[in-house]
Amino acid sequence: MHAQSRFPNKLLPYILLSPSIVVIAVFFIIPTVKSIYQSFFRVSPFGDRRIFVGFDNFVRLFNSPAYVQSLLRTLIFATAVVLIGLSFCMIVTVLLNQRIRGMSVFRTFFIWTYAISPAIAGTIWALMFNPATGPVVYLVKLLSGKSINWMNDGRLALAIVIVAAVWKMLGYNVIFYLAGLQAIPTELLEAASIDGANGIKRFFRVTFPLLSPTTFFLLIMNMLYAFFEVFGLIDIMTKGGPGNATEVLVYKLYKDGFISIDIGFASAQSVVLFVFVTVLTILQFRYTQQKVFYG
Amino acid sequence: MKVYKRQKIEVYIVLSILLVVVMFPVYYAFVMATLSDKDSYSFPPKFLPSFHLIQNMREAWKSAKMGRLMFNSAFIAIVVALAKIVFSILAAFAFTYFGDFKGKYLFFSLILITHMLPLPVRLLPTYDLMKAFKWVNTYYALTVPFFASATGTLLFRQLFLTVPGSLADAARIDGAGPMRFLWHVLLPLSKTNMGALFLIEFNYIWNEYLWPLIMTTTPEMRVVQIGIKMLLASEAQAADWNVIMAGTIMAMLPPLVMLLIFQKTFMEGFSMKEEK
Repeated sequence: MHAQSRFPNKLLPYILLSPSIVVIAVFFIIPTVKSIYQSFFRVSPFGDRRIFVGFDNFVRLFNSPAYVQSLLRTLIFATAVVLIGLSFCMIVTVLLNQRIRGMSVFRTFFIWTYAISPAIAGTIWALMFNPATGPVVYLVKLLSGKSINWMNDGRLALAIVIVAAVWKMLGYNVIFYLAGLQAIPTELLEAASIDGANGIKRFFRVTFPLLSPTTFFLLIMNMLYAFFEVFGLIDIMTKGGPGNATEVLVYKLYKDGFISIDIGFASAQSVVLFVFVTVLTILQFRYTQQKVFYG
Repeated sequence: MKVYKRQKIEVYIVLSILLVVVMFPVYYAFVMATLSDKDSYSFPPKFLPSFHLIQNMREAWKSAKMGRLMFNSAFIAIVVALAKIVFSILAAFAFTYFGDFKGKYLFFSLILITHMLPLPVRLLPTYDLMKAFKWVNTYYALTVPFFASATGTLLFRQLFLTVPGSLADAARIDGAGPMRFLWHVLLPLSKTNMGALFLIEFNYIWNEYLWPLIMTTTPEMRVVQIGIKMLLASEAQAADWNVIMAGTIMAMLPPLVMLLIFQKTFMEGFSMKEEK
């Protein structure tokens, strides 16, 4: 920040900040504090008063098999989205970054899923795997003779939801990897190539380590996406089913909060999610500032 | 770096295969949107487009009130994107030109902290708040809570820091106040950033799903993303995928067209975003 004051006004900076601060206080800070507060209460059976129950909601949460399973499922889902998405996108981007004519056209086609919403991605993939007439179902039947139906196969449903979620993030990941790759000095790659490193060796010895700050940034962003932004995709595709096979934490929170209306229980879930984001954010700040990822 | 001819061909082939795999779902969605009702059920599925696109779009337009939904989505996305630009320029200006006023770092942290508070973390209390404000099912609920922007504040702050301080000194000596300086010097320099932020935020709000889902209760207030859910719910029994896909294509077109036209601005905005 500019060290000294360029303008002597005392009151003006507060006036300039007030619109943002009011919005943040009213719609972010107060509701979050209230989420934490409510997680220590339970609404009485008649819904007329709140009873303080200490950590009871959290005890209930972690003793609930449905919640613990949802937590594990979310971790599996997020890990798959991150691993598949980032490795696929890194390879695609390295290919896209070659100095070959026509690459800019290819680039455009690989980044445009960025503009597609999770809900729309979900709709399109639901069509692809539609048990009666979906083209992928048709292809599988053609190749293996089997009929697949994700509406009654939980594992398959989870796999398809992962595919749709990865597909939606392709554009975002490729955009950031392209920016990261363009920041790598070509002299480095040329030097490596003069030293006799072939394409694969150059990738693992030079490109991959130099891309690691971008990879780390994308890892955090994809984690946040997999935890928080896939609600629309799940709601459109499976509504958490079949059974609970695709019920990730945000979806469970929505169901418990708005359909079963168990306020204390849902608030405790919000608090767990809050702890999770806090950890991710601290990690991000620590490691992106120290730049330890070079080398 | 030099790329040899054989390598070039290999890269083309690999990328083309990957591209076909990645693009096929969208291609098939388009094909589906052009099929007649009868063809949309056929198994094996049809892989070539037919001539019923307009008819299906009309059907989707009618059954999901797509016109109204498109208007709502566009209106909300434009209002939020513009408000975010204004709010974050004002905040960034406060952080860069007024020295170390009291509470500066607290306010700065407050703005950054919004990154840590995605909607699910504060879902129920925010909903209750909207009820208390009597904002449920209004444009207020769909826009105002999104007005602050950490991304935007950082983006403009970064830019303002690169503007030589002597410019502000000169302006002050000439008797120009801070708001005149902001308007005549900083704003013209911020055009690219404004464009990039507008695109990113328009896209974000257009594609938002959970908040409009819980905030809207009548068809007139719904947004396109929820319209797709309604199309699915009303058509899925009969599985009129051609109509559903016609609606889906309408819903995904505006942000997509913006991305394709302003690709360069978009990319610039993103590279700035990561550097923060």
